[in-house]
Amino acid sequence: MHTSPWTADPDYAETVTQTRWPGVALHVVSGKGGAGKTTIAAALALALAHDGKRTLLMEVEGRQGIAQLFDTAPLPYTERKVAVAPGGGEVWALPVDPHEALLDYLEIFYNLRRAGSVLKKIGAIDFATTIAPGLRDVLLTGKACELVRRIDKNAPDAYQAIVLDAPPTGRIAKFLNVNSEVSGIAKVGPIHKHAELVMSVIASPRTAVHLVTLLEEMPVQETVDGIEELRADGLPVGGIFVNMTRPAMLSADQLVQARAGTLPLDAIAAAAAAAGVRTDPALVAAALGLEAREHAARVDLETRERRRIDELDLPTFTLPMIPDGIDLGALYELALLLRSKGVR
Amino acid sequence: MTVRGQLSVDAPPLRIDSILGDRSIRIIVCTGAGGVGKTTTAAAIALRAAEQGRRVCVLTIDPARRLAQAMGLTTLDNTPRAVEGITGAGSLDAMMLDMKRTFDEVVEAHSDPERAQAILANPFYQALSSSFAGTQEYMAMEKLGQLRTEADRDGTWDLIIVDTPPARNALDFLDAPARLGSFLDGRFIRVLTAPARGAGRGIGKIAVMGFGLFTGVLSKILGAQVLSDIGNFVAAIDTTFGGFRERADATYALLQDLGTSFVVVATPERDALREASYFVERLKADGMPLAGLVLNRVQVVTLTEMSGEEAIASADRLDDGDEIESLTAALLRLHAQRQQIASRQQHLAERFTAAHAGIPVTTVPALAEDVHDLQGLREVGQLLAEA
Repeated sequence: MHTSPWTADPDYAETVTQTRWPGVALHVVSGKGGAGKTTIAAALALALAHDGKRTLLMEVEGRQGIAQLFDTAPLPYTERKVAVAPGGGEVWALPVDPHEALLDYLEIFYNLRRAGSVLKKIGAIDFATTIAPGLRDVLLTGKACELVRRIDKNAPDAYQAIVLDAPPTGRIAKFLNVNSEVSGIAKVGPIHKHAELVMSVIASPRTAVHLVTLLEEMPVQETVDGIEELRADGLPVGGIFVNMTRPAMLSADQLVQARAGTLPLDAIAAAAAAAGVRTDPALVAAALGLEAREHAARVDLETRERRRIDELDLPTFTLPMIPDGIDLGALYELALLLRSKGVR
Repeated sequence: MTVRGQLSVDAPPLRIDSILGDRSIRIIVCTGAGGVGKTTTAAAIALRAAEQGRRVCVLTIDPARRLAQAMGLTTLDNTPRAVEGITGAGSLDAMMLDMKRTFDEVVEAHSDPERAQAILANPFYQALSSSFAGTQEYMAMEKLGQLRTEADRDGTWDLIIVDTPPARNALDFLDAPARLGSFLDGRFIRVLTAPARGAGRGIGKIAVMGFGLFTGVLSKILGAQVLSDIGNFVAAIDTTFGGFRERADATYALLQDLGTSFVVVATPERDALREASYFVERLKADGMPLAGLVLNRVQVVTLTEMSGEEAIASADRLDDGDEIESLTAALLRLHAQRQQIASRQQHLAERFTAAHAGIPVTTVPALAEDVHDLQGLREVGQLLAEA
């Protein structure tokens, strides 16, 4: 057994082995822009890879967000190991490029890769991946499905879980549902069959769609709306990841005073002076009072939004704000936190 | 008394009011990554412009419910509606983009009624116009062109402000004309329309041209039924696309005009600023006039003299004390946390301004709550103007 600094963590419950989402092979991570979707997807891939598992983190928006997060050079369109997880696990990454995915698709299903250059020459590849809206999404979801099917086939290169860093909440239902649109257009034939196959993975208990949110009005509203849309389309909702929460810095009583502007500023000034602050203590106390008031307003907002999240009655995972920003170390910390909350 | 400040950015100030005061500027485009407050920024600039006497139309794409309500927008009806409660001589009309409706209107405007009917009923068209991602960018561009035409014709507005779609690439709309052009001029469209033009003959001709392999591939992948659906659609919409493309070209040229001003919106976060850098480069490459950068959600720094380290050291000395001492310690730690966030933001903003020297910047502090009413928008506008 490995000795790693992680196993020393009291949160790291080695004994719990049951997975949080039994039977789920595809974890789709969506969320409002700016809420930390890519970060959570990466932390989830890392958490699921603990104890010798192999997970794949997919990105589909061509932003090279994974490379930046894992601090590597831009990644090519190949599956590549980007991190090791505690206990010998591995996280692999795959930034999916629609052009390449189309060629893949032609090869896998029709053995037609050599047709690629002809298609490219006459502009068909460009048409399929950029001009024809939606086809890009068909290719991207198709790739995710292909990776899941490797598991079903017990392929030697299968992963235990696929984590998809997906488009934002506002587009997620359309993105995932694109194949049922397609199978409606192509009522028979190979495209129809393929679309049905993809939907049989995505709209099934093999998939869980997780939403990342902040405790702010608009992201929570989008989460509520997003869940409604996902359910209306018969897509399986997983958990809610409440990201970038700030620790409660003041007690309930102190918050009441801060809100009302009745903190004992003179006494605070005296205490600050005794603690050796170098700035004018009265100035310090006044500034601290002002900051406390803003903090109280923020806490109120978060409490209100938290209640709306709770009403959704879904598994919820709360993660802290990392004041210094996300680096590789922070990613491991978040993964451990997820483990301690039963994500495996 | 208290020292309150924002980021000290080494960049010229972005002066929103002088842009709004310049009557030759008739289009302002707000662009940026998703979730950075783009729509709110567009609405706040629009309100400020109106209250400074401009006759403004703001085109929003998918605004948050409360922001829409703040402007009195309750239905998505694709028509600019007057916003009530504007002070001064100007006016403000606001609208939300209805993607499908815009597309339908394009089809109706560029086809005879019979053909329009055929297009609107085509299953491929219905999916394309309402369900697929990507259509929004094209339609936002189309709508901007329409609004501008209307403004020129009727003199309704002297300033149009647009929000850009929250696309994976928010500047996809810039590529719309070129993509459409290469598509329409390409051989691909001829292949697609061939079956509709007369079954075997078209295909045969193309085969002679050397595309036998291609049509084989297409029918193998798509199946004959889909191929003919798409073919019918493309053939029917051919002329419509032509008109649409002309407009897209005209709108693209309009965006390069000096009467247009781009405002890039970001937050002081790594990802948002990386996107902003990309936008700045891209606008430059396309010859689009950039006004500057709006940095939203900036952590306000109170008491700049006291560093986070000093606050934490003082707090440590107060631990295990009485009630007041532990309260003071908690407040000092709160201060330290804010300073920590502020200095990270400062660092990120410096990296941006170092890479893009000379680009004007304005900052807007993080607000506790979302904008709910016109007054809230007015305040955001005021903060934007105080560069």
